[in-house]
Amino acid sequence: MKILHNIGEYFILMARTFSQPTKSSLIRKQILFEINSLGLGSMGIITIISAFMGAVITLQTASNIDSALIPDYTVGFTARQSMILEFSTTIIALILAGKVGSNIASEIGMMRVTEQIDALEIMGVNSASYLIVPKIIAAVFINPFLAIWSMFVGISGGYLVAEFSGVVSTDAYIEGVQLDFKMFSIYYALIKTVVFAFIITSIPAFYGYNVKGGALEVGIASTRGVVTSSIVILIANYVITQLLLI
Amino acid sequence: MIELKNIHKSFSDKQVLHGIDVQYEKGKTNLIIGASGSGKSVLTKCTVGLMEPDQGSVFYDGQDFTKMQLDGKKEIRKKIGMLFQGGALFDSLTVEENIKFPLRMHASMTEKEMEDRVNFCLGRVDMSGINDRFPAEISGGMQKRVGIARAISLQPSYLFCDEPNSGLDPSTSILIDNLIKELTEEYQITTIVVTHDMNSVMEIGDHVIFIHKGHKHWEGTKDTILKANNKELSDLVFASDLMKKVRQLS
Repeated sequence: MKILHNIGEYFILMARTFSQPTKSSLIRKQILFEINSLGLGSMGIITIISAFMGAVITLQTASNIDSALIPDYTVGFTARQSMILEFSTTIIALILAGKVGSNIASEIGMMRVTEQIDALEIMGVNSASYLIVPKIIAAVFINPFLAIWSMFVGISGGYLVAEFSGVVSTDAYIEGVQLDFKMFSIYYALIKTVVFAFIITSIPAFYGYNVKGGALEVGIASTRGVVTSSIVILIANYVITQLLLI
Repeated sequence: MIELKNIHKSFSDKQVLHGIDVQYEKGKTNLIIGASGSGKSVLTKCTVGLMEPDQGSVFYDGQDFTKMQLDGKKEIRKKIGMLFQGGALFDSLTVEENIKFPLRMHASMTEKEMEDRVNFCLGRVDMSGINDRFPAEISGGMQKRVGIARAISLQPSYLFCDEPNSGLDPSTSILIDNLIKELTEEYQITTIVVTHDMNSVMEIGDHVIFIHKGHKHWEGTKDTILKANNKELSDLVFASDLMKKVRQLS
């Protein structure tokens, strides 16, 4: 019952968030701030994780190919497909759910407990719209760029491993990366990224917005926001894949 | 003038307010006093619309606020200034941007006009020159004064102050009290102050309402409170040794 109640409350908050928009001049500045904070602030961690993940995928694939019947370019092909279809979208989304989600839940939660949200309401501002819309717009806009950057860095990480470790020749790796490339894979990845960006921002914002109490409750809300958004990302990942790829 | 009629509010099965009727007059400092958990803050939140009363009505200059649509409520809220217990300044904005915020939302002013208004409001609370500081860089008393500056930036008709003296030293408390009183008289605002500070009651209590267990238990002025024949009120007012000595002297 509690889950159904929360789902209902979430949709009511989302309806309120988008029904009475805040002045565009105010929200524009906030969107730019959030693009910098939520998006560009995550570039470092995304770069490091993607590079190492591309490198590890390359090493693991190469070390597991025993048969002479399997061509060497399979390594590059596997690295590309893994990065585009799953890693740069779902895994990066799960990492961002932890980093960005906890940040959003605790920021909005602290605003709730220090009465800053009440102050917005008293001023006649739709606090849900003012606080949540810029975060959603910023993430939906910037996360596809982060995903593409992650794909590029991951595949490059695999190339560097091929170059320096010698597990596969760079020519074979490049051939695999280019083999049977379908543009739809990128569209599929970007559609997932946009949906995940909405989940990563809106669910933690919901938990932060509804905090009651003090610092302890803000911490609990932050944890719940991260856990719930991670689970919803996995469910959404399955549903989108079923709808678009099968 | 603000008028509350038969306000009831409960949370789950706990009744917090039991049919409160009260009138807050224009140009007067109206104080709501009571022990912690008596329902003062809930009453104030019902008055400003941060909570919906279960029953009863709130009238702002004769207009029924509880029955208004969102647009009507927005219009009333433009006329409300509120000072929160912790200041509730926006952490990510400077003092100047905090005071400009309501102006940006509701006033059609140029940047220059807004800057002039900010400087006027800061000057009015004796806080000139701190425009570029962030809330975290100023003291609690300064935050309260900036909170007042923000509350008066749109020239409100109604000013609400929730525990304006909590966490402040006695001299700053008196300063804040006097500022509230001056602004109320100067701009003929309907001011409501939620407090349990007896010094405030004796300094600025034009009209005092005592809330006990969700009921309006007593109503009067700072001049009549010391002689009130009400046990629960006396327990609150004369809780400290200082006030007991005041009673003996009076």
